[in-house]
Amino acid sequence: MSRENAGEAEIVLRLAGITKRFGPLVANDNVSLTLRRGEIVGLLGENGAGKTTLMNILFGHYVADEGSIEVDGTPLPAGSPGAALAAGIGMVHQHFTLADNLTVLDNIILGTEPLLRLSSRRNAAKARVRELAEAFGLAVDPDATVSALSVGERQRVEILKALYREARVLILDEPTAVLTPQESTSLFETLKKFADRGLSIIFISHKLGEVLAACHRVAVLRGGKLVAERPVAGATRADLAELMVGRTIAPPKAEPQPAGPAILELSGIAARRGAQKLESLSLALHGGEVLGIAGVSGNGQSLLADLISGLVTPATGTMTLKGKVLASPSPRQMVAQGVARIPEDRHAEGLVGDMSVSENVVSEAYLTPAFSHHGFIDWKKAREFALKIIKDYDVKCPGPEARVRLLSGGNMQKLILGRVMANDPVIVLANQPTRGLDVGAVTYVHEQLLAARKRGAAVLLISEDLDELLSLSDKVAVIYRGQLSPVIRRADVTIADLGLRMAGQGFEHGGESHAA
Amino acid sequence: MDAVEILFTASLWAAAIRIASPLIFATLGELICERAGVLNLGIEGIMTVGAFSGWLTVYMGGSLWLGILAAAVAGSAFGLLHALLVVPLGLSQHVTGIGITLLASSLSYYVYRLVFPEVTSPPKIEPFQPWNVPVLSDIPVIGEALFRQTPLTYLAFAAVLLVSWFLYRTPMGLAVRTVGENPSAVEAQGIDVTWVRIAAVMAGSALMGIGGSFLTLSAFNSFFFDMVNGRGWICIALVVFGSWRPGKALLGALLFGLFDAYQLRLQQLAGGYVPYQVFLMLPFVLSIIALIVMSRRAAYPRALMVPYRKGER
Repeated sequence: MSRENAGEAEIVLRLAGITKRFGPLVANDNVSLTLRRGEIVGLLGENGAGKTTLMNILFGHYVADEGSIEVDGTPLPAGSPGAALAAGIGMVHQHFTLADNLTVLDNIILGTEPLLRLSSRRNAAKARVRELAEAFGLAVDPDATVSALSVGERQRVEILKALYREARVLILDEPTAVLTPQESTSLFETLKKFADRGLSIIFISHKLGEVLAACHRVAVLRGGKLVAERPVAGATRADLAELMVGRTIAPPKAEPQPAGPAILELSGIAARRGAQKLESLSLALHGGEVLGIAGVSGNGQSLLADLISGLVTPATGTMTLKGKVLASPSPRQMVAQGVARIPEDRHAEGLVGDMSVSENVVSEAYLTPAFSHHGFIDWKKAREFALKIIKDYDVKCPGPEARVRLLSGGNMQKLILGRVMANDPVIVLANQPTRGLDVGAVTYVHEQLLAARKRGAAVLLISEDLDELLSLSDKVAVIYRGQLSPVIRRADVTIADLGLRMAGQGFEHGGESHAA
Repeated sequence: MDAVEILFTASLWAAAIRIASPLIFATLGELICERAGVLNLGIEGIMTVGAFSGWLTVYMGGSLWLGILAAAVAGSAFGLLHALLVVPLGLSQHVTGIGITLLASSLSYYVYRLVFPEVTSPPKIEPFQPWNVPVLSDIPVIGEALFRQTPLTYLAFAAVLLVSWFLYRTPMGLAVRTVGENPSAVEAQGIDVTWVRIAAVMAGSALMGIGGSFLTLSAFNSFFFDMVNGRGWICIALVVFGSWRPGKALLGALLFGLFDAYQLRLQQLAGGYVPYQVFLMLPFVLSIIALIVMSRRAAYPRALMVPYRKGER
């Protein structure tokens, strides 16, 4: 079925007037949506706009406060994933629902047989999985253990789970968040194939380009409300961005300014941790300047970041901060010296999900006189600090006592920014600072990095997003297998050249990509 | 006879298997609970309840097999209590489990005292007798060690096969394994996490109850205080030792049984020269060493002790 006649196909799914409240928060406000056979609908919205809530209601994880769901004209019982599955709805969750220690086949057949049967029909199931994998180009070994699979393969398993149950409606929640660009493209092709065979798909995303590339129709959610619904044909990125965010977004511009003195100098650094290594690495961070580090993930970026934040001690080489050689710096020393650490994984290394906002904002500084006296933490000051960050950085949360786990990714990142920028840092170490954030939050993070640059801080920006690197950096270097290319001025950089270097050209043992 | 010669006596191996039998049942029970993501520290008390209720049923005139059934039912009742507290209510599994152990043991002793207010020597029953497997029991050494045991011991070995089959071959077993790894995967496939966990804990606790009843219905013929004597805690360690696999857990139980049988004989051998407590300690020390070696590679069920709340991020 093609894009043109999808408009007349029968309606397979109808959501009518869905409202869901979590306490005072209205996550979905009277949302209605229909889906036709063979149609791919993009559900677009910022983090926290209510996309995932809506789909969790559809799939029975939550029960809506108001509204109804019909599949093929039959009402769907609320709050039962089993009923949703039986009605032919399959869901690929953003955080995969796979058991890592079990095989692909185990994960797929779970729940598809009567539970009290004495023996699983594994051989028939395996043949069927192979058949489906073949038919849809979702190559994966049914006997492989899930923990041995790549992220892309795991996603295929999730899709196979739905296909195995003969799903007719497939919901994909942020499916590309974890994929490489190549994997994303191949996913879009698979989705087109599904639609041609009559499957209906809801594609949840906050990435405009993907929605335009993969979908027939787009529905935009903002603040829990459905604000627009239109065919993709004729829609532009700018329109959609404005609908999604509710205001026009101007990308921040870096004003030219002269570079200051070198604040941090690394020379001849070698370090190793597991498979990651750094070799004879030298670089200088100057005040008022953004140095961008490009590279395919897994080439030593996180080791470089951990080195500067004091988590890793170099085997050889020297680190000089403001003219003083650092012997073996500890993370606490580096923080005290004014290194603002924006870690790659905010859940694992940035914040403690089960602790409150107040506790998290002082977690790097609770031993300093600002927050402690005679070994006792001054919680009153911590709370004031948290309130100030919440206000200054526009962190959406119930208050300083809220558990950080409940915040959206963008708000978590704002919290981290508030925590590290408060001390007027001399070095800002931003490792993948916008990964997984929506348009509004990305812009905010960029503004903050440029503001730090303007104040005269040295910014080290590590990113896999070339657009981001090129729009913010004054100078760019490429990291490849632990080696750093010569630093190039932004004006002299071409994307083609950068791409070749990222693939290893011009490096000592270079030549091919070291993609993780 | 010296310390090495003992190793080649059939009686040592027979004793090792006898000692291992209750451990096999209870370890399998704990293994099922933990595979479903629930730590059941009620095991020590549930074994006591099994020992007592099985014995009481037989003492009151029931058959030995009815006693085993009673032990299983009583065990699963306390399993249900544990499961209700830790699964739907999400209470701490450690605290609840220890509470169950205290409750179940104390209740057993209390009821015992109610039924027998004034006894000087423990009342006795007629326990299971060894059943010699035809032909096989005549094999030298091996026959005596393996095939002249009581029916409950044979049942213990059968239980290993049954539990393996259940976990790895049936749809329900797959659900149990998955629920202990990633409950949201179970939820996403339309199966109720809460029910799977409750059922697994009840089934596991029934096995613990049977393990306890081995003590009163096969190993001894009466019920007395503190008769479980830490066997439940050993089983917790054996589950880790066995990396949550029934076959390896059986091996662990047999190994412990062997250590224990061996130390009993060493005590007699070295009687007087070395304090007997040193030998009593041996199986535990060896178990700890074996545990340290084995558990370095142990792959815990990912969701062990993590309460599941539907729809929570």
